[in-house]
Amino acid sequence: MIARTLPIAVAVLALLTLPLWIGGTYYVNVTSQILFYAIFALGLNVLAGYGGLVSLGHAGLFGISSYVVGYMLQLGYGHTAAILMALAVGNVSMAIYALLSLRSTGIGFIMITLALGQILWGLAYRWISVTGGDNGINVPTRPAPFGLSLADSGNFYYATLVVFLLSVIAVAIFARSPLGAALMGTRDQPRRMNALGYHVLAIRFWACLFSGLLTSVSGILFVYYTQFISPQTLALTSSAEVLLMVISGGPGTLLGPIVGAGLVVVVKNVVSGFIERWNFLLGAIFVAIVILMPEGLVPGTVRLWRLATRKRAPAKAEIKTEGKP
Amino acid sequence: MSRKLTRRQMMAATAAGAAAATFKFPMPAIAQAAPFKLGLLTVKTGPLAQGGIQMEQGVVTFLKEKNYTFAGRKVDFISADTGGNPAGTKTKAQELIERDKVDAILGPLAAFELLAITDYVRDQKTPMLSLAGAEDMTQRRPNPYFLRPAASSSQAMHPMADFAAKELKLKRVVTISEDFAFGHEQMGGFQQTFEEAGGRIVNKIWPPLVTPDYTPFVAQIADCDGVCQGFAGSNPLRFMKTYAAAGLKYPVVSGETGGDDALLRSFGDEALGLYSCCPYTLDHNTDSNKRFVAAMVKDYGVEPGFYAAGLYVAAAVVAAGLEKSGGKTDDKEAFVKALKAVDLKDTPRGPIKFDHLGNVVGDFYIRHLEKVNGKLVNKTIKTYKNVSQFWTYDEKKFLQQPVYSRNYPPLKT
Repeated sequence: MIARTLPIAVAVLALLTLPLWIGGTYYVNVTSQILFYAIFALGLNVLAGYGGLVSLGHAGLFGISSYVVGYMLQLGYGHTAAILMALAVGNVSMAIYALLSLRSTGIGFIMITLALGQILWGLAYRWISVTGGDNGINVPTRPAPFGLSLADSGNFYYATLVVFLLSVIAVAIFARSPLGAALMGTRDQPRRMNALGYHVLAIRFWACLFSGLLTSVSGILFVYYTQFISPQTLALTSSAEVLLMVISGGPGTLLGPIVGAGLVVVVKNVVSGFIERWNFLLGAIFVAIVILMPEGLVPGTVRLWRLATRKRAPAKAEIKTEGKP
Repeated sequence: MSRKLTRRQMMAATAAGAAAATFKFPMPAIAQAAPFKLGLLTVKTGPLAQGGIQMEQGVVTFLKEKNYTFAGRKVDFISADTGGNPAGTKTKAQELIERDKVDAILGPLAAFELLAITDYVRDQKTPMLSLAGAEDMTQRRPNPYFLRPAASSSQAMHPMADFAAKELKLKRVVTISEDFAFGHEQMGGFQQTFEEAGGRIVNKIWPPLVTPDYTPFVAQIADCDGVCQGFAGSNPLRFMKTYAAAGLKYPVVSGETGGDDALLRSFGDEALGLYSCCPYTLDHNTDSNKRFVAAMVKDYGVEPGFYAAGLYVAAAVVAAGLEKSGGKTDDKEAFVKALKAVDLKDTPRGPIKFDHLGNVVGDFYIRHLEKVNGKLVNKTIKTYKNVSQFWTYDEKKFLQQPVYSRNYPPLKT
């Protein structure tokens, strides 16, 4: 038990005290980015990892929530109204997404979500009276919940951290819940689940909504972080990037998407300051992950760790990993 | 023993803390001797990289010429790759301002990048010199810490339209440009001046930024005696090829990106006869320009275009501003004031100064693309002196009309 809770406690403590030791506002901001991208990746992981439904249109959902916040603020509404509206619109869009795309799985699902994402991107690009087209929308202020102004990067970090921890807990509960188990069942054996009396479509639909909620939340954090939203955020590359976070970290695990988000954000923002060909580096890392740990960084590291410890302590050899079918 | 050590450590820590507290205050006084930190936001990866890399080359050429010293202060140059997207630009701007604590920022390249960081940069009071178009940055939504030493989107198109109407005697023109703000603003400026001079825009065509094949768009060009193209990046190359392949012979006019000197290496005969208006021209016959071109050819083996020259001049403005402020950057308001007061008589693009909104006032060159000794060159045929972003219009009236956009000025039917 201690072996499981200690690392978690250390990690949470490290995150809580992060602004004190990381050395500079810039790194606090980078960590904020890792956190909200991790929420985004967790959201996609619900579908891609637990549900086996790979979506290439999540950046559209992410962006639509950002745009709703920007547009509502532009119309003169307060932050609370803007955020609530963004969550509502994000979830309604996800419901529409789900109704259209859940008619198929596999490649079909990928293609339909891809098309829907591109439609939202096109709307953002061409519906100039609402979205400002290529010029995007500026968000002049960040909200100040309980009188704490999030304009300060430290405060924004803590707000993001709170939302992040809540999201992680929510996903952990989801994964252990009957609904989560049923979703994994529909991933592995959809026909058997159907025969057992489970409503496969309904399970997937609810999973979609949960995924959409997390995506909306991260979209709102994103727009308040950058205080700017433009169509590029909705582009296919953004969808692919978050999918890479999930796949590189380890789909179907809780920690995987978080590690993946950290990897991508750090290489993109920090390492790119030292290495001009950072795209190449990121590509090389992905290739290495696929070759060495095809199941993702987190499960792969666990496997290698167990392999190493097994050699030293053969008595524990019978402890086997729960392999994914 | 261990207690002693702890106490000693504690003493050391206290001393260090006290020292830090004491030294924090007189820091600005010491900062005079500290190096001047110059940040560059550019794009080194993705479709905009070609221009972005030239931007960096332009800055480095100037720094080498000055031996990395402005106004007696050593210059630390920090270059950051935004990846050509707004979120990346924001992060990199934060990196430059919060981590590297730069005194001035050059760049970014694209209008959408600039729009994403303008509020942030204003809050941080960091002077920023960019060549991105985005008209309103120096017009209806000015940022006091922003200077544009290159040209606003429509600044080159006003004289181009004047030339097209008065000297080329064009009457009916079709405009074609990318469907984004820079294209809209360019074509809007062209339309306004051209129609005031008696011409008429018969059709406006807007292909998306990424268009694999221009044939369907070129096919719409008809019922005219001239074409105005406002393409950027490598798109002018592909457009001119398709245009020539379609057998169209109407004269083509364009702005600084459509006929950029850096494109000459890649253009073929299909581009012959292209007219372009640019704030920089490769054949500008002054010593300062010859020195700049020679340095670029020597170091990078390329002749500079608008991007390299724009950033070379931007760096020159920073150097001159620092000279004016006596090498001081602590008072950021005074520093940006000194930057705006810069009045350079001799730069590779000719004399420049700034208006009260921070936009450049300088010479613009009309060039004609010709073949000399088997090599394509942009030959300067006319110079418009001291062109401001408002052209010949009254500033107040100009600012009262909406910003140039896809539908402004409207197409006359």
